Parts: sequence; structure tokens; C-alpha cells
Amino acid sequence: MVEPQLCDLSVPGRQGVRYPEPDVPRAELPANLTRQELPLPELSEIDVIRHYTRLSQLNHSIDTGFYPLGSCTMKYNPKVNEEVARLPGFASLHPLQPIETVQGALALMFTLQEWLKEIGGFAGVTLQPAAGAHGELTGVLIINAYHKSRGDTQRTKILIPDSAHGTNPATSAMSGLRVVEIKSDSRGNVDLEALKAECDDTLAGLMLTNPNTLGLFDEHVEEVIRLVHEAGGLVYGDGANLNALLGIVRPGDLGFDVLHYNLHKTFSTPHGGGGPGSGPVGVSARLVAFLPTPVVAIIEAGEEGEAPLYGFVTPEKTIGRVKAFNGHFAMMVRAFTYILMHGPQGLRQVSETAVLNANYLLALLKGVYHLPYDRTCMHEFVLEGQWEDAPGVRALDIAKRLMDYKFHPPTNYFPLIVHEALMIEPTETESKQTLDAFAEAMLKIAEEAHTNAELLKSAPHTTPIGRTDDVRAAKELVLCCGVEAKP
Amino acid sequence: MFIPHTEAEREAMLAKIGVKQVEDLFHDVPAAHRFPELDLPPALTEMEAMAELQSIADANETVRNLACFLGAGAYHHYSPAAVDALLRRGEFYTAYTPYQPEISQGTLQAIFEYQSLITALTGMEVSNASHYDGATAVAEAVNMAYAHFRGKRNKVVLSPAVHPQYRQTVRTYTAGAPITLLGDDPSADPLEGPQALLPLLDAETALVVVQYPDFFGRIFDYTPLAEAVHAAGALLAIAVNPLALGLLKTPGEMGADIVTGEGQSLGLPLSYGGPYLGIFATRQEYVRKMAGRLVGETVDLRDGKRAYTLTLTAREQHIRREKATSNICTNVALMALASAIYLSLLGKNGLRQVAELNYHKAHYTADLLARIKGYRLIDSAPFFNEFALACPRPVAEINDHLLEHGILGGYDVQQDYPQLKNTMLIAVTEMNSRDEIELLAEVLTEVAHG
Repeated sequence: MVEPQLCDLSVPGRQGVRYPEPDVPRAELPANLTRQELPLPELSEIDVIRHYTRLSQLNHSIDTGFYPLGSCTMKYNPKVNEEVARLPGFASLHPLQPIETVQGALALMFTLQEWLKEIGGFAGVTLQPAAGAHGELTGVLIINAYHKSRGDTQRTKILIPDSAHGTNPATSAMSGLRVVEIKSDSRGNVDLEALKAECDDTLAGLMLTNPNTLGLFDEHVEEVIRLVHEAGGLVYGDGANLNALLGIVRPGDLGFDVLHYNLHKTFSTPHGGGGPGSGPVGVSARLVAFLPTPVVAIIEAGEEGEAPLYGFVTPEKTIGRVKAFNGHFAMMVRAFTYILMHGPQGLRQVSETAVLNANYLLALLKGVYHLPYDRTCMHEFVLEGQWEDAPGVRALDIAKRLMDYKFHPPTNYFPLIVHEALMIEPTETESKQTLDAFAEAMLKIAEEAHTNAELLKSAPHTTPIGRTDDVRAAKELVLCCGVEAKP
Repeated sequence: MFIPHTEAEREAMLAKIGVKQVEDLFHDVPAAHRFPELDLPPALTEMEAMAELQSIADANETVRNLACFLGAGAYHHYSPAAVDALLRRGEFYTAYTPYQPEISQGTLQAIFEYQSLITALTGMEVSNASHYDGATAVAEAVNMAYAHFRGKRNKVVLSPAVHPQYRQTVRTYTAGAPITLLGDDPSADPLEGPQALLPLLDAETALVVVQYPDFFGRIFDYTPLAEAVHAAGALLAIAVNPLALGLLKTPGEMGADIVTGEGQSLGLPLSYGGPYLGIFATRQEYVRKMAGRLVGETVDLRDGKRAYTLTLTAREQHIRREKATSNICTNVALMALASAIYLSLLGKNGLRQVAELNYHKAHYTADLLARIKGYRLIDSAPFFNEFALACPRPVAEINDHLLEHGILGGYDVQQDYPQLKNTMLIAVTEMNSRDEIELLAEVLTEVAHG
């Protein structure tokens, strides 16, 4: 059954919500600026509820099943988060209210800044960035501004390991930097010789994901950072994989100068089908003055036991504003609640269990699936989705076949340095039973690959739709429907 | 709580891995820095956390218990209950980006319909799946125009009547690119209409950015501007309040090449500034230069059924890496969904109705306030639901006084435009009753005499 489009459901004359008649005299409308046609659908409330409810049921989600998508940290999103974010005392605040009327919100933001500093080992934090990539842009602009402020205008080269997320090079290019790729060594670490060869006085910095996208903690991370620092560069940490490190190690202690946190990964705020996220950025002492504006600060100390007055300040050498208003506040409320409910031991247990789950799953799958870098992994690991004796079967087929077993596939074809990559991140919120069931499906699929490859090539079989015709999608490029009722 | 493991299960898992204790999995982490003691408060139970959060929330005054006349890019509107009821479905909000179309048709079709609704509303041909907010959408428009001309045109004209925070965001985004921003230097008169931008156009101009309604709430027909911009070979971007488009002529009709917008007015809570919704629409010919995700209609290969999938992904960072127009990855899909649900519920007639309510109430308010001695409207141009009022005293003082009467006063324009002294930007929406409006007038009268 194909769900109709809005236009198919539209019936002229229907309306899902009514408004009162104006309680003031009507003003004359500006005739030359008034639109004649408003081609929107016409639906009653129940039409809308059923349409979107049926659509929702076509999705796989964390609430309905295991979602081991590597580098995405699809952990359970606590329901209490959704409640607190909707408290009228948070949801009904205008971003430009006088600070005296929003001391609760500002105190929450200030405290979250302090907590993120503590968790990451940094001297300053901005909550402004809207997502991980936005945090990257913020961080790299800070690095640029730092070098510029020292007259180091020749520092325009940024090093990015070949295992990095695509956002890293895209961010660097947007920031006007020249990207040089650094290869990985045979153990999945940054290749130290390749790094040394690029460490010169044009170096702006290195963008490092640690643990990297292979799920491996760089065995020479301190050496890597030292080399970059000695060349006058700064080290950016991509916090996409921070779920492995809470209470395990603070990136700031290792020498990272900048790091973005993904509140929507590590701190359990939901992914929302692609967003909104939230990507706060932490920085070391020498970069605090460059943070984007505004930052929440205590602007008047409280007198004897009284609460202080919180407000916004602009850092002295700020890179400027990265978006309107105050960041994704509703996500901050969720992350604040999550940290509050975990405390220091609880956060450490999150990362320990995330790493335990990943290594357990790895132990169940290793041998049947080729593990290109055979080391203890952190919160995720990467397998090869191909066998020499099962020609024609690709990672994509394994991914699609997993859907028939009611699992979301792992990330596939990333990182780029592994052939037919399957990148698996179970997260800490999955039980042993779930991991066992997933492993069982993976092993069954490996067997099917050798005995009945066609079953994989034509998968999935049990999903609402089969594989999509992506060539047609790109060629015919139908990007919108008429949303008005069809005549 | 959120981790299901029993001690016995942990032991069994460790045994399978072949280590004695979980600490053994962290030998790659430098020992000197391993397992730091984090200085954080001890864990609370859900019951305790809820109470704590409630008490923090209670320390705020909200637009629910104040009469809100504050806008300046974020507005207090009514969001029908059905919007949030649907957003709370875990199948929507706990899903990831729909990279696997077979099990993500819900999100994909919803985004496809969002794209459709936005094109219908703006009069444009294609919409992407969203940017972060109204400010970054403008910055992405600048990026796109620069990429479109392959760096051969490097001037971008920003109207000084574009939201100050949007212009600041564009400055930050373009800090590393050889782009010259002009039009909004402090000497520019922000109240001059779009014609003031014409002398700035030349063969180097890539893009002109205006807002509709502009920061001061004013609405202009940008058709003559669009003609002049096109004659100069450049592109025109119009940043919109989509709610206003329930009533107003579309930017598409005026000749816009790019339409950006802040979608918060389409049923999203104020939430102290976010998450909101960055709208981005353009013409078909520019679709390959547009950043952000796009959902396309196709068929499935199993049964030939109608289906949806992310398309033209080769434009994006995960494929193009350093050659991508933008680094955007995560967007604000759930907010786009909220706006689509909102637009579906209101539909053709409801959106027009709510837009008119805003218009009538704002005009009633403006008439009333302009008649008070000491106050006047600073401009005579048509406006939508917001207008700038010259006041007899500094806005901050007036707002203190208004707050004592339970009124959240308007935005102090002088913060961004020093030349506009004692000027308050007042927003009026369907949420403001006639009583509230008349109370505002009363208190303003009192303040003028005080």
C-alpha cells in the first residue's frame, strides 16, 4: 500500500484548524502585495493525523529496533528529555527576552558549558553551533582567527587523515584552508612519517577523529599532537566519537585544542530523522577569546548565598556569530538532563559499556567477517562486507538483507579506507540479547552469501518497499508534488 | 535505567571478549590521563531530575504569562496540538537521516512533502530539506552564489534592513573566502528602500540579499530590484518569514533566484532560540549548486511502487568532501516535519486566515500607538506583523516599565542601529488580544508622561 501524497488527500473546503475572527477592526490589505493563489492542501485534522502516523510507521527507529549505525551513536533517547524540553518555562521563552526574565535558562546554559568543559578538559565552551558540522566550521574558523591574530597568515594548510568524515575536508574548504590528506598506517593510526613530512610553517592544524572512524584509539595520539604543536599548528578533535571517552580520557588533557561535542550522539538528544542536532565546541585556554558570540557568563556575582546574575558576553577576539539567537536551546535542556541523571560514574559507565558492547559484538563476528585492523576497538568497529569465495556479494547486499531480519544496517562504504566497509556501533543502551540476535542474523547472512547469494542481491524482501531506483531519481529529478487538491 | 546489562551479562560478555575487566579494553588510552575523576554533581533519578528541571524552568518568565510584543525574527504563534502529538512519535524523532530508503519512507515522504509545501508557499521550483535556521540559510545562499559564479564574481550586497544577526552570521561564514560584503556599513541608512541598493550593483556582484518582511517589518515589492539585479548578471536572494507568505505576493513571482527563510513561525516553539528551521528554495537551474539534502520521487525496483530517496547526493560533503559547496550534514529535519504538519493542518484557508489575523492586529496596534503623544511610526511603508516605533524615552527604560505590567516589550533597535535612537520594534501576532494591545497603549501613554 503506497501512502497517498498530501495532494491526493486534499479535499477543497476542508481545514484542520480554525482561528477566531479578528477582535480588532480589519485593516486594508496592500493590494499590489497580496498573493492571489495559495496552493496548499486542504485537510481535516484526522486526515493529517492518519497521514503522518502512517508515514511514521514506515520508518525504522531506535524506539522500534536496533540501529547500529557506525559513527552515529544511535543510543536510546530518554523520554524524560522530551518532557523537560517542553516545559513551558523552557519552550515558551523568546530568545531576546531581557536576561532578568530568563535566569533559569541562562543558569542551565552556563552550567552545561561548565560540565562540557569538565567532561572534555577544556577552558571554554560555546553552545552556539547547531550540529556537528557547524561545530567543525566554528572550530576551524577559531583556528584560522588564532593564527591570523599572531600574524601567521601563511598557515593555510590543514591535515586530515584519510579515515575522516567528509565534513572535515568540506569544513576546511569552506574556511579557506587547503586540505592535505594524511594516510593511515597499517594499524589504523595516523601515519607518523606522513604527518612529519607535512609539519611545516604553513600548517594551520590537524583535524583528528579519535577514536577514529575505524573505532580505534590512535596509539600515538600524544606524539601526533606534539608534532603538530611543535610545527605551530593546532589540533581539532572531531567529537563524533566522544561516546567512547566519557570519564575515560579528556581530549583536552591529551592536548587537543578544539573539540566539538555532538549532543545528539553522545548526550542522547534525538536525531530527529536527520536533525536538529547541537554541536557545542570546547577550546583550550589560548583560544577562549576567539569563541563565537554570545557566551553565557556570570555578569554579577551573587551576594551571600544569592544566585549570581547570568547574561551573555562577547569574547574579546570573537570570530563573530555563527547563527541567530542562542543555539539549539531545547537540545541543551535534554543534554543537561542526561548529564544530571548520570553523574561522573554514570557517564564513565556509558562509555565503558559502549566499548564493552562493541568488543563483544566484534568477538561474535570476527572470523566470519574479515576485520581489516585487528585490534581492541572502542565504541565501534569496521568489518569488510565481502568474501573471496562469495563473488558478487557486496556490503550493500548484506546491509539490505539485514533489514529482512528487522535490523537497521550498519553504516556502509565508510570509512573510505576499508573495502566494502560495514561500520558497526551498537551503543551502550543495547542489551546482550539484542547483540546476540544481531550477531546471529549477521552470521546467517554470511552463510546465505555463500549458499544463496541471490537472496542478498535482491534484498530486502519484507520492507515496505524494495531497493529504490536511484538513477531514475537523479535523472528525472522529481523534487516536489503539487500539494493542492488534484482537479 | 538506560543501560540494560546485569552483572552476570557483563561477566559473560567480558569472558567472550577474553578480558578480565572492562578497564582492560582501554589500554590504548595513555595511562597518565586514563579514567579522570570528573567533577560533576552526583547522578539524580528521573524523579529528582524532573523536579530540578521544573524548578529551573520556573525561574523563567514566559510568553505564556507575559503579553509578548517581542519579535525581531522569532515570533509567538499558536501551534495546534496535533503538531506536537505527531512530533512525539518515536518513529520520527528517534530515526536517523534516511540513508536507507527501504526502511525510511516515512521521513523521506514527509521531507518530500515539506519540499513541496515550501515551493508552493514561496513560488519557487525546488526546496532542500532544510538548513539550521534563517541566519545560516542566508549564509548558504551567499556560498551558493559564490560557487555558482565559480569565484568570478565576489561581491555580495546585503541590505542594511536584513536581520542584523543574519548579516553577522554571513560575515563569520565568509571570513575565509575572498568575498566582499557591502551595502550594510554603519553609515548606510537602514530605512532607505531597496532602490538604495541599485548603485552598488556592478559586474562583480554575485548576489543581493534582502528580507521580506524586512527587519523593520516592512514589505516591498522587490520586482524592480530583481530586474536590476538580473540586468547586472547577479542573483537575488530574498529571506522570508513564511507565515507572511500566507497573505503576501511570493518572492518567486518577484523574480527571486534564492528564497531563504526562518521557519519558526510555522508552528515551532520559541524554545529560547532553537532549534528553528532554515528554509532554502531556489530555481531548478541552480539545484546542483544548492547545498543540503534533497529528497526525490522514484520507484522501487521490487514492485515499481512509488518511493522516495535522497538524491543528487554527489553534491554533498560525504561524497564531494573538500569540493562540496557546504559542509552541512545534520540539518533540522524534525523541525521541517513540524512545519509541514502545521501547513497541512492550516492549509490554504487557515494559513491565509492566520496571516491576516497578524496583519490586522499589527495594524490596529500601530494605529493606536502612533496616536499617543510622543510616539510615531518611523516609516510609512506597508508592513506585515511588525513595525518600528519611535519612542520618547530609551527602549530599555520603557521595557522595564512594561514588564511591571506583565508586558514583554519590543526589541530595542538601537542595539544594532545606533542612529535609530529610542526605537522599538513591535511584533503583534494572533496571540495578542485586543485587551493586551490596549494595555500596551495605556502603559506606553503612562510612560511618555512619566
